[in-house]
Formats: sequence, C-alpha cells, structure tokens
Amino acid sequence: MGNSRGPKNPTKLVFSSLHKYASPRHFYHLSLSISPWLAWLASAMFGLGIVGGLVIAPSDYQQGDSFRIIYVHVPSAWMSLFIYVTMAAAAATALVWKIKLAEIAMRASAMLGASFTFLALVTGSIWGKPTWGTYWAWDARLTSELVLLFLYIGFIALQTAYSDRRVAARAGAVLILIGTVNIPIIHYSVEWWSSLHQGPTISKLDTPSIHIDMLIPLLVMASAFMTYYLAVMLTRMRCEILAYERNTNWVREFITARAHHS
Amino acid sequence: MSDFLHMGGYAFYVWSAYGITLMVLIGNIIVPRQAERAALAELELRLQRAKTGDT
Amino acid sequence: MTRYVSTIRLVITRDVLRAARSQTEALHPLIFFALCVLLFPFAIGSDEGLLERIAPGILWVSALLSATLSLEQLFRSDYQDGSFELFVLSKASTLAISLGKSLTHWFISGLPILLMSIPLCLVLELNWATTQVFLASLFAGTLTMSFIGAAVSALTVGLRGGGLLLAMLILPLYIPVLIFGSAAASNAAQGLPAAAELYFLTGLLILAVTLAPWATAAALKIRLS
Repeated sequence: MGNSRGPKNPTKLVFSSLHKYASPRHFYHLSLSISPWLAWLASAMFGLGIVGGLVIAPSDYQQGDSFRIIYVHVPSAWMSLFIYVTMAAAAATALVWKIKLAEIAMRASAMLGASFTFLALVTGSIWGKPTWGTYWAWDARLTSELVLLFLYIGFIALQTAYSDRRVAARAGAVLILIGTVNIPIIHYSVEWWSSLHQGPTISKLDTPSIHIDMLIPLLVMASAFMTYYLAVMLTRMRCEILAYERNTNWVREFITARAHHS
Repeated sequence: MSDFLHMGGYAFYVWSAYGITLMVLIGNIIVPRQAERAALAELELRLQRAKTGDT
Repeated sequence: MTRYVSTIRLVITRDVLRAARSQTEALHPLIFFALCVLLFPFAIGSDEGLLERIAPGILWVSALLSATLSLEQLFRSDYQDGSFELFVLSKASTLAISLGKSLTHWFISGLPILLMSIPLCLVLELNWATTQVFLASLFAGTLTMSFIGAAVSALTVGLRGGGLLLAMLILPLYIPVLIFGSAAASNAAQGLPAAAELYFLTGLLILAVTLAPWATAAALKIRLS
C-alpha cells in the first residue's frame, strides 16, 4: 500500500487521513488508544477546576458563595448548545455525504446533550432560589434551555421509535436540521416574549465584566466538560460502531483477538 | 474546613447543585461503559456459538 | 412547471375529497377545538376580567392543539395503502407532493379551525377589531403549522408511539408561532398595534413555505428505506 514518491503534499495527507478515519474500523481502533488519555485529561481538569472554583476563586460581593454554582451551570449550558451544533453538523454530513460515522457521532451525542441541558436547568434553578428568590423564573435563557431539552428528548424518542438504526439516524438527522433552523427563531421569540411580559430584565446570571480570578476556573471547568464530552462520546460511538458493523470481518477478527488475549 | 462546607450559608444550594452534577456525570460514564461491555460480551458469545458450529 | 402545479393540485384534490367523504372525521378536530376552549372557563371560573385577558392565549393554544391532532392522519392512510411508496417511486416530484400535502393539511385542518374560531371569539367576547387581528394571526399561523407539521408527520408516520410522538416533536417547533400569534391578538385586545407581531408571523410563514417542503420530501424518501 505504500508508495515511494517524494515528500507528500500536506493537504493530501490531511484529507487522506480524514478519509481513513471516516471508516468506522479505523476510528474504532483510534478511539481505543485515545480514550484513556482523554479520561485522565478530563479528570485532571475537573480536579483543577473544582479546586479553583470552590476554593481559590474569591466569593462574590453580592451573591456570596452561591455564585460558585456558575462553575457547573455555565459549562453545562455551553455544552448543551455546543453538542446540538455538533449534532447538526454531523446530521448535515450524514445526509449529504452519507458518512456512517457522522450518523454514529450524532446518535452518540444525544444523551449527553440532553443530560447537560437538564443539568443547566437544574443548577440554574437551584441558583435562582437564593439569587432571585424563586426556583423558576420565566427568564428568556432558562425558558429557551427548557425548549432545547424537549428538542433533545424528541430526538431520542424518535431514535427509539425506529427499529432500523440507520433509517433512525437519517430521520433523526432531518429532525435535528429542522430543529437547528428553529433554534434561533425560538430563542429570539422567547427573548421577545420575555421582555414583553416582564419588562427588560438584566439576567443576574451573566455579569458583563467578570473578575479574572473568577473567570479562570470557569474556563478550566468548560474545558473539563468538553474533554469529558469527547471521552464519553467515544465510548458511545464504539458501542454504535460495534452494532453497525456486527457482521463485518474486522469485527469478527477483533472479537476473536480479544477472546484470545483474555 | 467547616467554613468551606458551610459555603457562606448557601451550603444547601451549592452542594445540591454540585451533587446533582456529579451524579449525572458519573451516570453518563457508567451507562455507556456497561453498554460497551455488554456489546462486546454478546459479540463474543455469538462468535462462540458460530465456532462450536451448529446449523 | 405545469407538472409541478398539476401534481400539487392532484394531491390536494384527492385528499380533500377523501376528507370530505368522511365528514364526521373531518369534524372531530373542530369539536376538540371548541371543547378545549370551553374547558378553560370551567377551570378558571367565569371571572370576566380574567377570561378577557387570557382569551387570545386560550384560543391560540386550543387551535394549535387541534391542528396538531389532525397531523397524524396526514400520511397515515397513504402509508397503509401503499401510496407512500408511489410518492417516492413515481416520477412525480416529492417536493411537489410535499407542497401539496402541506396545503391539504391546511385545507382540512387550518381552514376549518379558522372558521370555527369565529363563534368561539364571540363566546369569549372578543371585540371585532381583536377578532380580525386574531383571525389574521391564526391564518398565517395555521398555514405555518401545516407546513412544518407535514415534515414531522412524514418522519413519524407508522411508528409506534404515533400521535403522541408526533406531538412531542412538533410542539416545541410551534412555540414561536404561538408566541407571536397570541401576542398579536393580546395587543389588539388592549387596543395596541399588532403590526410587528403580524410581520413576524408572515416572516415565519415564508420561511416555513420555502424550507419545510424540502424536509418533508427528504422525510418521505427516508421513511421508505
């Protein structure tokens, strides 16, 4: 398979390795070697972030120590949005280029996306009690987040309703893309609705200028959440790949080799 | 230390938020890993059955 | 071009005639609409002031729910009798069929709801100016809901969980229509201008009409594989 021409064109290299790893088989083995590293990295970052957020960061002038909830609330909210966007990109790739791995990545991300949305809502609600006095406020951001949760749940429900994995993935892809077009519209209309019924509220959850000592643990936690997402997504993707490729030779060889080793 | 746990009076809120987060994050680690193990086990079983060739 | 238009006309005539034949079934969403509206005074009490304030909201939610109810049947009989396969396998454009189906849903669901809401506006004692604005918002809204709904209906036809799954998927997508629609009517009820809201609704409608049929066409092909 090798050729002995001179130095390779770097663009060609990138594309050929992308092409190689777009195959479920190569991706599977790649993810097996990456996963332990990601797990350690995520753990380390969580450790740093939690110490930074709970211990090192100074407590807030107005909110005291309750503001520390920001270190789990904001990263969860960011991830809930990032994952939906990732699923949308995967959906478009799956529909246009019919790449199996894109379908798999989309399906593997759904539960995590829903979990982060749930966390954003719950931690936001808990934070709301000491800050606003109530567990729920029809604030534009929280309400949009709630609608996002329903979009995730709908996607997951659609996946379980179909019996064929691949058809389910493609139907889900269409649903995600419909949702993607709708999300800015929903967000804008909820914001509009919220200002209509409450008057302009400055959300206490996003202080425009956050002190650098408070910001750094937030960025660390955000990176921790992102690394965590990648680590878990790889595990889920491996399960999906095994299901998608059950009857192929490479899976058979892989299982045989595993059985021999253990 | 007890100051830390006390969280300036907001102990309930801070710890319940972090606690729920921890539970969800751990759950999302455990469930896929178990699924992966189950999938691998099932595939191995299928391989065994094919080997001890019936049909 | 004429092929497109004739396909659309064919789909609409076929389905509307079929719906007209089973008249009782065609009435069900309307009865639901009226019942839904009537539930609210029972729940909240006939306090005139309160009802007046939330009347636009009540009407809009009830209309939205009954539009959703009839969505499941849009493709169901086609799925069962095999027309579904014909949609995709024939030389007819799936886009034209999607357009036709979306308009069909409006004719058999949105339009009746529009008509039914007139007496209901009277029951809830909306003045004529408010009723006009409400009807305008409902017109744009039901049309939008038919187009978006057709796409999700095509995605879920024949699946277990059927109608409820469809409702679960579609209701979040209807929220912007609901927000602007009921805001338009509420504004009119208070004597305020509702132009901005109606413009937004029109924008949503244009977006839905241009984008949703593509999604519906894609859904038709996917559902068949």
